[in-house]
Amino acid sequence: MSGTAIEIEGLRKAFGADEVLRGIDLTVRSGEVVCVIGPSGSGKSTLLRCVNLLEEPTGGTIRVNGDEITHPDANLDAIRIGIGMVFQQFNLFPHLTALGNVTVAQRKVLRRDKDEAARIARENLARVGLAGREDAYPARLSGGQQQRVAIARALAMDPSVMLFDEPTSALDPELVGDVLAVMRTLAEDGMTMLVVTHEMSFAREVADRVIFLDGGVVVEEGPAAQVISEPRQARTREFLARVLDPASAGAPAGTVGKEAPE
Amino acid sequence: MTASSETGQGAPAAGGLTRRQRRRLILGGEYALFLGVIVAVALLADWESLRVNFLNLDVVGDLFPEIITVGLRNTVIYTVTGFVLGLVAGLVLALMRLSSAGPYRWTAMIYIEVFRGLPALLIFIFVGVGVPLAFPGTNLPGGVYGQAALALALVSAAYMAETIRAGIEAVPRGQMEAARSLGMSRARAMRTIIIPQAFRVVIPPLTNELVLLFKDSSLALFIGVSLNERELAKFGQDLASEKGNTTPIVVAGLCYLLVTIPLGYLARRLETRQRRGQR
Repeated sequence: MSGTAIEIEGLRKAFGADEVLRGIDLTVRSGEVVCVIGPSGSGKSTLLRCVNLLEEPTGGTIRVNGDEITHPDANLDAIRIGIGMVFQQFNLFPHLTALGNVTVAQRKVLRRDKDEAARIARENLARVGLAGREDAYPARLSGGQQQRVAIARALAMDPSVMLFDEPTSALDPELVGDVLAVMRTLAEDGMTMLVVTHEMSFAREVADRVIFLDGGVVVEEGPAAQVISEPRQARTREFLARVLDPASAGAPAGTVGKEAPE
Repeated sequence: MTASSETGQGAPAAGGLTRRQRRRLILGGEYALFLGVIVAVALLADWESLRVNFLNLDVVGDLFPEIITVGLRNTVIYTVTGFVLGLVAGLVLALMRLSSAGPYRWTAMIYIEVFRGLPALLIFIFVGVGVPLAFPGTNLPGGVYGQAALALALVSAAYMAETIRAGIEAVPRGQMEAARSLGMSRARAMRTIIIPQAFRVVIPPLTNELVLLFKDSSLALFIGVSLNERELAKFGQDLASEKGNTTPIVVAGLCYLLVTIPLGYLARRLETRQRRGQR
């Protein structure tokens, strides 16, 4: 459980004049589960998307397993193989079956042969509780099932790090549990996970550490139980009060809802 | 016309009629007019002369089988080769148009603007007459077949490029992101993930493009075709002057409709099925 999986130093990201991330330092050790929480627009999705360079940082460095992905000569495609990503909107490939979704990158990127890719895909679909749904197209699956296929798709590449970008925010409430259960198992198996989420109970129970992001800076970080149950910063307390009990909040509603994908 | 004139509020209007009565009167008038025109045409037309000139069964007999084995066959060959060539060029142009490299983008944009703005006839004349004049001695593979395919491809590539570009842009951004996050290069993601989805979107409009090309293939007659290279329109024209009768043109027209109507129907079917299939 030693070693550094993700190492972020002085990360900055601006969209035009709008500076979304203003100098983030963050280290995730191998096997650690880190949850990033914060109000919408705080930059937490952008932070996650910088880690595999879906967004190009304006400044700072990011290392994943020692490879500096922000280096101009970095082999992005090769580094990304080791970084699994799960999106808020699942982003399954609608023209492929569940099995096709999980095999396509194995075949085209890792050059695994057809049988091996299918075998690994079946294993991973079973792992997320979808054995028997291999031939279903995404349109025939519920949101929760689609998200689990997306997790299996990422796992089939044998990543050493998994990024989750609000994986349950687009789901109907009754489907959230299945996805969180899969993530919990993954965490117990020792996967390194960086998770942007609004699920405070998941963060409290599963995360080793919680990062509270607001206004593009890390406001507070620490052990999950401490940050969520006994936050030290006023901004963290205010945010948690609104998230944990939206009805009682005095602040204008709607500031805590889904964060628009940037 | 009938509905917009009804502004009265139910009280008897100028003629002392209620709204419903007036509507019936207008509708009745329209039917009467339609019937009157039909009857007048039927009575005044010289049916015998029409039949002899437009649907002369003796002439019809002489047209077969050549109108199918030469005319329709060549029309299909010109259309299909032109379509395939144009589709490939259109895909390349669409990708150039979406490229991040300026020169590619500008070249594709200029091509598309120019060839969408020119009459197809001019392009056929250009390929048939202009190119041999400019490059004497050059021969396109397939002779007239190559020239017709080239001209049709030049015309259709511009339209298909815009259609395919729209199809590619209709694929949500998350698809490219998901593919890239799995380690695919941009080119690989385009080929494996984006383009297959884009083509599903563009199949109905491309079918419509095929119908347009089928009709435009008639312009091949401006290339200067030999007897065996004649397509439907040229075949009809030649036989009409040979026989001194319009029937061959009518039959050639029916041959076009035999293909274009089912194809157009197919395109609409695909379109509705796609619209229903979307989540």
